[in-house]
Amino acid sequence: MKILNIVETAYRATLEEQDDTILWLSHALKNAGADITLLLRANAVNYAVKGQNAGGLTFGSLQQEHPPQLDKDLEAMSEKGVPVYLVEEDMLARGLSDGNLITGITKINLESLPAFIDQYDQIWHW
Amino acid sequence: MNSGKTITLAIMDAPYESANSTTALRLIHTALSQGNHVNVFAYEGAVNLTMKAQQPHPNPVKGTSVEEEAHPTTKDWIASLFALAEKNNVKLDWINCGLCVDERGAGDWIDGPRRGGPKELYEVSQSSDVTLVIPTK
Amino acid sequence: MKYLFIESRDPFESTDTQFFSDLVKGVKKLGRETTLFLVQNSVLSTRKGAKYNDQIAQLAQSGVTVLADGFSLKERGIDHLVEGIEVSNMDQLVQLLLEPETKAIWH
Repeated sequence: MKILNIVETAYRATLEEQDDTILWLSHALKNAGADITLLLRANAVNYAVKGQNAGGLTFGSLQQEHPPQLDKDLEAMSEKGVPVYLVEEDMLARGLSDGNLITGITKINLESLPAFIDQYDQIWHW
Repeated sequence: MNSGKTITLAIMDAPYESANSTTALRLIHTALSQGNHVNVFAYEGAVNLTMKAQQPHPNPVKGTSVEEEAHPTTKDWIASLFALAEKNNVKLDWINCGLCVDERGAGDWIDGPRRGGPKELYEVSQSSDVTLVIPTK
Repeated sequence: MKYLFIESRDPFESTDTQFFSDLVKGVKKLGRETTLFLVQNSVLSTRKGAKYNDQIAQLAQSGVTVLADGFSLKERGIDHLVEGIEVSNMDQLVQLLLEPETKAIWH
């Protein structure tokens, strides 16, 4: 069963979670044996930007010790064999170019998206 | 009555925040009524749907008492869906994401749901005829 | 292979409905049997005379089966629909979900 996880929503409670919950879920599904592919679209394309830094938050006397590292999470998943794609038009619309991205990301354009999703048995749009 | 078919739903919204929750419950009701098995993976805020401590409240704007208002609670609706499943001799397998429960202090839930995680989502999805993800925003 | 797209968002509030509409059309062009089921606020664009009638009508004209949840319509007092949309219900949605080889995608 080939699963395509499409991630659209970005930075939703990532500081509280210290993760993106869908990236985390995708990684956990891979660990459980799932054949999973990740597609970043809309604002979630920004997860592939290198150099994100969410550190430095303090609440009263409590400092957040392990802020999210979404780019690193994507790299870890990619190294584990999860193919990671992003929608090129969404990347360009946010002023991003190839030089902004971590390695291991494959771009796909909107025109080819229908044929792309057609390869998968399950399409989970988060 | 039992169709032998199974639907898996993954849901994320907390109660009283989104029309998605109601639509998901309508879907579950209909699927069970038609004699289908249903798996639910409640992720993130959706684990609060089954919390036992939910209580109906009066409505001071309408001037109604608790009894008169009969305010719905999602845990009662879901308990009723479990009863429907039993009546129709089909299975409602409701999995509350364990880590999501822990971080929300939402561990005291009604009879029926069980604790699980991504592994369980993958397992029930593999044995289902279809899986539908209803995400939150 | 069949596709069942379920749209819950409306174009008044979410520009992302255009993305979903394009994806539905693109899948239909692949020759797949394609159904779009409108639920919740997505039905607001189905009322005859609404600003985004064309977006829905174009989908129906392209061969996509467009269904609208009767409860969502009734809840919003919508009784005159743009042409090409059939009023549906949860019973039909469950049946469509359980059609063999169906891929279901919510937006």
